[in-house]
Amino acid sequence: MENIKLRYSLARATMTEYVSTTTGLYPLPDWAKDELSSLKGHQKHDLIGGDEGEEITTAYEEAREEVVDVQRETGLDRVVEGQLRWDDMLAHPLAVHDAVETRGIVRYYDNNNFYREPVVQDELDVSGDVAGELESAADLTDDLQAVLPGPYSLAELATDEYYGDDADFLAAIADFLAGELEAFPAHETLYLLEPSLVEDAPGDGEDERASEAIDRVASATDADVVVHPYWGALSEKVYAHLLDADIDAVGFDFVANQEDNLYNVQEYGTTDDISLGLVDGQNTLVEEPEAVRDRVDWVEDQLPVSEFETVYLTTNTETFYLPYNKYEAKLEALAEAAALANAEVTTT
Amino acid sequence: MSTNENRDQFRPENHENDHFLLTTVVGSYPKPKWLNRAKELYQDPDHSFDDDDWQEAKDDAARLITAEHERAGLDVVVDGEMRRNEMVEFFAHRIEGYEFNGPVKVWGHNYFDKPSVVSEVEYTDSWLVDEYEFTAAAANRPVKVPITGPYTLANWSFNEAYEDDDELTLAVADLVNEEIEKLVEAGARYIQIDEPALATTPDDHAIVGEALEHIVADIPEEVRIGLHVCYGDYSRIYPEILDFPVDEFDLELANGDYDQLDVFKDPEFTADLALGVTDVHVAEVESVEQIERNIQKGLEVVPPEQLVVSPDCGVKLLPREVAYGKMAKMVEAARNVEAKLDAGEIDVERGTPTPADD
Repeated sequence: MENIKLRYSLARATMTEYVSTTTGLYPLPDWAKDELSSLKGHQKHDLIGGDEGEEITTAYEEAREEVVDVQRETGLDRVVEGQLRWDDMLAHPLAVHDAVETRGIVRYYDNNNFYREPVVQDELDVSGDVAGELESAADLTDDLQAVLPGPYSLAELATDEYYGDDADFLAAIADFLAGELEAFPAHETLYLLEPSLVEDAPGDGEDERASEAIDRVASATDADVVVHPYWGALSEKVYAHLLDADIDAVGFDFVANQEDNLYNVQEYGTTDDISLGLVDGQNTLVEEPEAVRDRVDWVEDQLPVSEFETVYLTTNTETFYLPYNKYEAKLEALAEAAALANAEVTTT
Repeated sequence: MSTNENRDQFRPENHENDHFLLTTVVGSYPKPKWLNRAKELYQDPDHSFDDDDWQEAKDDAARLITAEHERAGLDVVVDGEMRRNEMVEFFAHRIEGYEFNGPVKVWGHNYFDKPSVVSEVEYTDSWLVDEYEFTAAAANRPVKVPITGPYTLANWSFNEAYEDDDELTLAVADLVNEEIEKLVEAGARYIQIDEPALATTPDDHAIVGEALEHIVADIPEEVRIGLHVCYGDYSRIYPEILDFPVDEFDLELANGDYDQLDVFKDPEFTADLALGVTDVHVAEVESVEQIERNIQKGLEVVPPEQLVVSPDCGVKLLPREVAYGKMAKMVEAARNVEAKLDAGEIDVERGTPTPADD
């Protein structure tokens, strides 16, 4: 073990940067859960509509400041806005759009979580909703990371009653996300969350279109773009197509599936940067930072790539599944793990 | 007319019709407003409302709702789960090995205190024997005991201690088995395992089936074991569930207007079917005629002697008068269908899938 470590410490002499971050969609602080429940209510029609009044806006602003503080205090290298308003999780950007009607409550992937089914009924023009959230966060940090659903996942979570054709709908969603992105304040990194690429894998032809849609969205920002699928590994074809998109890093959920993710990288290579989902966003068991750092070493040891420019260390999934205290603990573990990995580089 | 010994042990002596469609409920019922107020007083550290007062309030509520179920005419009653707050939390508080870290989101601003399993689960004190003995003493009808099933208890918890969720499920199943043994000793004859998490992930029927084998081990034959499932994709679990060692499946079907009914027609449904005949997500009492039509949907799947009539799910989210209305109309509808069966007026073809509309 010592020998392996030494070897890799030396190999990294050219300085891989280890960046601790998260995939966003945080749990609300407990006080905000209470306060917003009473301000908004518990029913379907009480959920966020993008036109909330002053009291609700203020509550979200306070909560946002709190989660930004948590990230800064724990020393995360990238700071997200937290997506605390996203009642409908990754479907949020559509759920608050004027051209979209929200219908029944439907299951969010294979979780005991539910969101309003967004039904697109008119042309999707720029809404500026997410940009507004990021503007408030941009004042609080210099390390801003934006988070959006990837176009394929957003299209899969929604129902189309306007565009009429799957390919046209996906392209429209990509244009919509690109438009939202253009209105964002300056950000270091963009995470595009794409669980549907695993959970509802695109078939022949669709896989190529999914990659093109991602490329379209990625082209709308100067920031580093990380495409992060989770709840397993991509099928070989989907992965191969994804690598055709002009993105900086692919994310891998090493909590859910180690073997197939490693296989994909070994077989097809990967981007110059990589995002490693090593901390479980859906379990309260808090990982030891040293163990996370060792897992980074281990993954790098398995890969043919000599060195990455940037390795992002993150949770595999969103973190809203966790109680607030455990979410905080997970962030600490990530920040410390990245610090340990960077220290290893500089001491060699 | 054939009989069904296990089900018919709950047939009232003076039952008015030859046919018998057992009427019962899934479990939860709206809490009286005063019980919620009593809870607030109990939780207020500045108030003198103490443990004994709170116990008395819960006893009163259990008596009241048990009587309300009897007044509605149900053949088998429960206490409306007046002593329980939530279906996972209640049990997790009683099982050694669980801890709580705070609320997590289910949807919108609906949260629950999802517990974590941090060490090996252990059975210490009984979970439900007191509740059962109290209700049985208060009731003039047979009492059913609903228990959250091990798969749901495992799935809706964070698993920090076991290799995987299947291992945790089986460990909890052994504790459920221990609890049922105690309940049977106390006189319980009708146990319902609630597994709302079933049919939500592919192939989960395999582990639930294995867990049920643990649950019923050494439980006498005559004890009726039901399994309640709701809001899942039933085609994922049928026909595999027919191999489960249970007497009855209690299924939510009215909410989807019986669009999943055909799933159960082929192959033949060999267990008893406790059919959801009133929708618990509509705060309006269905007409007796509508419920009669719903009951007859069940006869497309099983003969009358295998049919049990029940609401889709627990009714706790309904206004109390609506919940009562649904129970009472449901019983009236069941008695009407029995009378029509006696008179030979009902002719339902069984096992034939309904042709699609388009």
